[in-house]
Amino acid sequence: MSFFQPKQSRAAQKQAVDIQHQPWVEKYRPKTIDDVSAQEHTVAVLRKTLTSTNLPHMLFYGPPGTGKTSTILALARQLFGPDNFRSRVLELNASDERGISIVREKIKNFARQTPRAQAVASDGKTYPCPPYKIIILDEADSMTQDAQAALRRIMELYARITRFCLVCNYVTRIIEPLASRCSKFRFKPLDPASTSARLAQIASAENVPVTPETVDALISTSQGDLRRAITYLQSASRLALASTPPTDITPRDIQEIAGVVPDGVIEDFAVALGIERVHGDGMDVDVDDSGRVKAKGFEGVKRKVKGVIREGYSASQLISQLHDHVVAHPTLTPRQKTRCALAFAEADKALCDGADEELWILEVALRIHRAMNS
Amino acid sequence: MSLWVDKYRPRSLDDLHYHHGLSARLKALAASGDFPHMLFYGPSGAGKKTRIAGTLLELFGKGAEKLKIDQRVFLTPTKRKLDVNIVQSNYHIEITPSEVGNYDRVVIQEILKEIAQTQQVDLNAKQRFKVVVIHEADALTRDAQAALRRTMEKYMSNMRLILCANSTSKLIAPIRSRCLLMRVAAPNAEEMQTVLDYVAKREGFAIPGDTVKLIAEDSEGNLRKAILVLEALKMQNPDLSARDLSIAKPDWETYCHKVADMIVQEQTPARVMEVRAKLYELLSHCIPPTVVLKTIAEKVVEQVDEALKADIMHWAAIYVRALPSVLSLRGAARIEARMRVGNKKIFHLEAWVVKVMSLYKNFFFDIDMDGFDD
Repeated sequence: MSFFQPKQSRAAQKQAVDIQHQPWVEKYRPKTIDDVSAQEHTVAVLRKTLTSTNLPHMLFYGPPGTGKTSTILALARQLFGPDNFRSRVLELNASDERGISIVREKIKNFARQTPRAQAVASDGKTYPCPPYKIIILDEADSMTQDAQAALRRIMELYARITRFCLVCNYVTRIIEPLASRCSKFRFKPLDPASTSARLAQIASAENVPVTPETVDALISTSQGDLRRAITYLQSASRLALASTPPTDITPRDIQEIAGVVPDGVIEDFAVALGIERVHGDGMDVDVDDSGRVKAKGFEGVKRKVKGVIREGYSASQLISQLHDHVVAHPTLTPRQKTRCALAFAEADKALCDGADEELWILEVALRIHRAMNS
Repeated sequence: MSLWVDKYRPRSLDDLHYHHGLSARLKALAASGDFPHMLFYGPSGAGKKTRIAGTLLELFGKGAEKLKIDQRVFLTPTKRKLDVNIVQSNYHIEITPSEVGNYDRVVIQEILKEIAQTQQVDLNAKQRFKVVVIHEADALTRDAQAALRRTMEKYMSNMRLILCANSTSKLIAPIRSRCLLMRVAAPNAEEMQTVLDYVAKREGFAIPGDTVKLIAEDSEGNLRKAILVLEALKMQNPDLSARDLSIAKPDWETYCHKVADMIVQEQTPARVMEVRAKLYELLSHCIPPTVVLKTIAEKVVEQVDEALKADIMHWAAIYVRALPSVLSLRGAARIEARMRVGNKKIFHLEAWVVKVMSLYKNFFFDIDMDGFDD
C-alpha cells in the first residue's frame, strides 16, 4: 500500500493544478441545463424531457458561443449521471475523422448496442437514465453530404435505443432529410443583460475586479458570443496579473486582445478619407490632432492605406469598423452612405474570396474618398 | 557563415529592439504559468517568428533551442501518402500544414491528437504542457480550422497552440475567439534604423545616415528585407556612401515595371500582344498573378494623370478578385469558388491591361466609350 501512496498524492496534486489552469470556458461550463444562460425556451422544453425521460432527435443551431454544446452535455450528464456517461454518450466533433466510413462503422456500431441497465450511481444521487444512448455530432455542418446521407437510415433504424443530437452553426448546411428527422432548437445570441450577469458571476468567483466599462467593452466586442467574452476576460486578467505591479483591466486592454482597431485609428483614417470628424466624443484622448488632416488626392490616400496596413490590423476588422463609423455618422447624406456601403459590401466579399488585402482597402478608401467629394 | 538576418536574429525576448511593451507582456505571460493559446499576426518581416522563438525560450529554457528536423508520413483516408517536415525540440513542435494543401486537416488531426494525448515525460521540464507552433495559419483550409476548434479546448492541459498568420481575416471566428491575439506591427522608420545600425556595428562598419534611410524606405516595414538588402549592398560596394547607391530590385520587379512602361507608352492591339508575351513570361516563372497585377498597377499609377489613378486601382481591385490566388485554391469548397471566379489567370491580367489602356486613351483623346464601361 505504501508503494502506491506517493503516487496517489501526486496525481491529486496534478489534478488540482489542471483545474486551476483550465480555461474558464471549460471551468464554468453549465453543469445542469438550468445553468444555461438566456436560452429560456430551449431549456424549458428540455426540462420536460428530464421528467418524461423521452427525447426526440435534436438539431441545435445558432451562432458560436451561445451554449449549444454546453446544453447537450449538461442534459446528457443530468440524464445519465457521471458513471453511465461514458457508456451512453458518444461525442464526435470536427477534430475526429467523420467521413462516410466512420458513420458506417463507429456510429453504426455504437447506435446498435443495446444499453445496459442502470447501475447504482456512485455519488448516491439517482438519475433518470432512460433506456437509450445519445450520439452527439458536434459541428455537424462540417460533415460531408455523403456522411450525412449515410446517417439518414441509421437514425430511423435505431431510434428505439439511440438518440442523435446534431449541433451546428449553419442549419442550411444540414441536408433536408436529416433536418426533418430532428426537432430543431434555435439558439439566439445572448442579450447584454445575461452576458453581463454571467461575466459578473465568473469575475467574482475568480476574484477579478471588473469595472462596468470593462464589461461593456466585453459585451460590445463579443457581440453575443459568451465564449468569446469569457475568453477575453480570462486573457485580460492573465495580462493584468502578469504585469508588475498588477494593473486593472481597462476597456482598451479588451479591445487590443479582441483585435479591435482602436477608435482613434479608425477616426483618423476616416478623416483622411474626407469624412467629417464627429465632435463631442471623449474616447480619443491619447491621439493628438496633428495627424488628422484630409489626405490630398490619390497619393495621400495611398500613403494612409499603406500606413494602416503596416500597423498590422486585419482588413476585415478594419472594414467592419469603418462601416459602423460611416453608418452611424450624423452628417453624411444618405447617398454618400449608400455609396460607402456598396464599397464595403464588395470588399467584404472579395476578402472572403481571399483577394489581396492592401489592394482592397485601397479600393474602399478611394471609393469613399470619391463619394465624399461628389 | 550564415546570413546576417539569421546571425543577428534576437534569441531572447530581452534582445528585441522594438515593441518592448509586447515583449514585456510575453515575458510576464510565460512566467505566470498560465499560458493561453496565442495567435501572432502582422505583416511579413515584422518579427512574428522571432517573438515566438523568444517566447518558447522564455517558457522552456535552452532546451527549446535544440531543434531536430523530422520527416513524417501521414496516410489520408484515401490511402495517399503525405510527407510533412516537422521541426521539433523536446518541448515543442513546429509544423506548416499548408504545405500539403488540401490534406492539411489530416496532419492537424494526427499531430495534434498525438501531442495532446501524451503528457510531458521529462520531469525537469519547466512547463507541464507542450507547445505546437503552426506557421501560415491563415492558409489552413476551413476543414483544418474546424478540426482545431474542439481540440484546442479539450486538450488544453497537455498542449498549447501558437498560431502565426499574416492576417486574421482568413481565420474562422471560433479560432480567433479561443486565442489571445498578439498584433506584431511592422517597425517604423526609426526602429528600423536602430536595428540596421546595430547590425552594422556588430559587423564592424558604420553606415551613413542617408543609406539607412534609403534602405528603411525601400523595404516598407519588412525588416528581413531591409537586412538582406543591407548585406547585398555591402557586398556590392563596401563603402556604402549614399550618393551613387541604388538598391537592386529583383528581376521580376524590373520586368513588371517594364510592362507598366509599355502600357503607358502606347495603347494599340499590337502592344497588347507584346504585353501578353511579357505576362506569360512572368507567370511561367511562378510569380503569383496577384503580385504581378499589384506591382504593375502601382507602377502605372505613378505615371498617369491624377484623375485616372483611382479608376486604375479600382479595376485592379476588381480583377485581382477574379484571379485565383494561392489561398483561395485550397479546400474542397473553395475549388468550387475557383471555378466560379475563373482559373485562367492570363484572361484577367489581360483584361485589366486592356481596360487600363482604354481608360488612358479615353482620357486623352476623349473617345466616347460609354458602351464599353461594363
